[in-house]
Amino acid sequence: MSIAPTPKMQARGLRIGFYNERIKKRLNVLDGIDLSVAEGELVCIVGPSGCGKSTFLGAVDGLTRIDGGDVLIDGHAVTAPGPDRAMVFQHDSLFPWRTVLQNVVYGIEIQNSMSKADMNDRGRQLVELVGLKGFEDHFPHELSGGMRQRVNIARALAPDPELLLLDEPFAALDAQTREFMQVELLKILNRAKKTALFITHQIDEAIFLSNRVAVFSARPAKVKEIVEIDLPKERSLALKHEPRFRDLQAYIWRLIEEESARTGLVTAS
Amino acid sequence: MTATLNTQTTLRDETEDAAPRRSFYASNESTIIGTISVVAFLFFWEYAVAAKWVNALFTSSPLRIITAGTAMVKEGTIWQDLATSGIEFGLGFGLATIIGVPLGILMGWYRRLNAVLEPFVNALYATPRIALLPLIVIWFGIDLGSKVAIVFLSTVFPILVNTMVGIRTVERDFIKVARSFGASDRQLFMTVALPSTVPFLLTGLRLGLGHALIGIVVGEMYGATSGIGYMMAVAGATFQTDRVMVGIIIIAASGMIMTQMLKMIEMRFEKWRVDSRS
Repeated sequence: MSIAPTPKMQARGLRIGFYNERIKKRLNVLDGIDLSVAEGELVCIVGPSGCGKSTFLGAVDGLTRIDGGDVLIDGHAVTAPGPDRAMVFQHDSLFPWRTVLQNVVYGIEIQNSMSKADMNDRGRQLVELVGLKGFEDHFPHELSGGMRQRVNIARALAPDPELLLLDEPFAALDAQTREFMQVELLKILNRAKKTALFITHQIDEAIFLSNRVAVFSARPAKVKEIVEIDLPKERSLALKHEPRFRDLQAYIWRLIEEESARTGLVTAS
Repeated sequence: MTATLNTQTTLRDETEDAAPRRSFYASNESTIIGTISVVAFLFFWEYAVAAKWVNALFTSSPLRIITAGTAMVKEGTIWQDLATSGIEFGLGFGLATIIGVPLGILMGWYRRLNAVLEPFVNALYATPRIALLPLIVIWFGIDLGSKVAIVFLSTVFPILVNTMVGIRTVERDFIKVARSFGASDRQLFMTVALPSTVPFLLTGLRLGLGHALIGIVVGEMYGATSGIGYMMAVAGATFQTDRVMVGIIIIAASGMIMTQMLKMIEMRFEKWRVDSRS
């Protein structure tokens, strides 16, 4: 995967800090993140727990204030959330008072970008795309965790964003459902032709889904290394048993382990 | 795609299992047992009086209550009392809703307004509003006004406070979703804060209902010229236990009917809630 001349998303020296009330000190979370994602690419971010991955995604979405550096989408700096990006949150956060269809069209409704009829047509298409045809009028509590996460993805895709931001979307699912959802996500993204940035704690998930895996260092986070995933473009679950897959897994695990150990030492002193 | 098909079939199967065909008794068991226990109690009560275990002058009895009730209907005064109490309740509760809901929403949404009003709301919410009766009678007299005022004061705080809490405790994740799609403050309010407050608001109304009934009865006993509470006070002072019991039954029944009506409204609004599905 080579990087296209104008990346879809580019973070340049991104720095974000938060003031901690308890220790009365400013803590740097992101300490100069440089990362770019090409059009159509899926990049996963892994790193030790609490290293600021979600903060980074929030900054790309425009929800989190940036202290230094910038995030460019198609060359334009991000200042606020926009219709060109959409976030899939870890907890499905579907509105329980809305039906599946009403949840899916929520973004379109907010952005007021279509007539009501078009909006519902688009909603139905997406419900079908994520494999939930027939469940349009169900309420979220009537669905399983995996199904709710599909609705969550459909909701993010509905306003037709160019960049999809996924914050550990499968973390709350059981191992089996998670594996199926990984395959489904690749299919959905292929069909919808989207660029995506995906955060996960699962190294195998990261390798399986992405073209490249960005490993964040411990806090304050930098990009420690970007690992090219040189696996065939067509991914199936069998791939997870290939020696090359295991090598990559071991390699990335070592990188994260190094970082976790480093924080361990920092806390001890 | 196999995964999709599998999850779908499982869900359909579960839905069908959730509503199996059961016998009439099995599906109404608690209602049937409840009815039997009430009927048994009434029989016991009547028998205890007939067998002179207790004095009917103090305890009354189901048959005596029915006799007293029919007599009151024939005399016609009961309708006047019902109308008086009904109007007091309707006006007080209506006013409390009209004022409590919007004010609760505003206090939940605007922190500064909340800071201004919260001390008063907290103080009054903590005070039993019945304690204000002497003051209210001085201000509004012993007619309709004082009872509307006491019902209003009894009801407005539970409604206001619950609505406010509902607005304030909107789940952060929902707010993040809305903001992520670029929702404005107004949109955030209309599409997230308001709908997620509905259950709180209905709880407030239900709590208010109980307070309103207390307000009416005590208000009318304290000073009135008609009404169910007034009727009960007069009957009590003249040792007409049967008539007091009729009053109690009217109050209890109206409380239960109105609570039931509110529950039905809740079901209508909260069909998305797991626990409200019967």
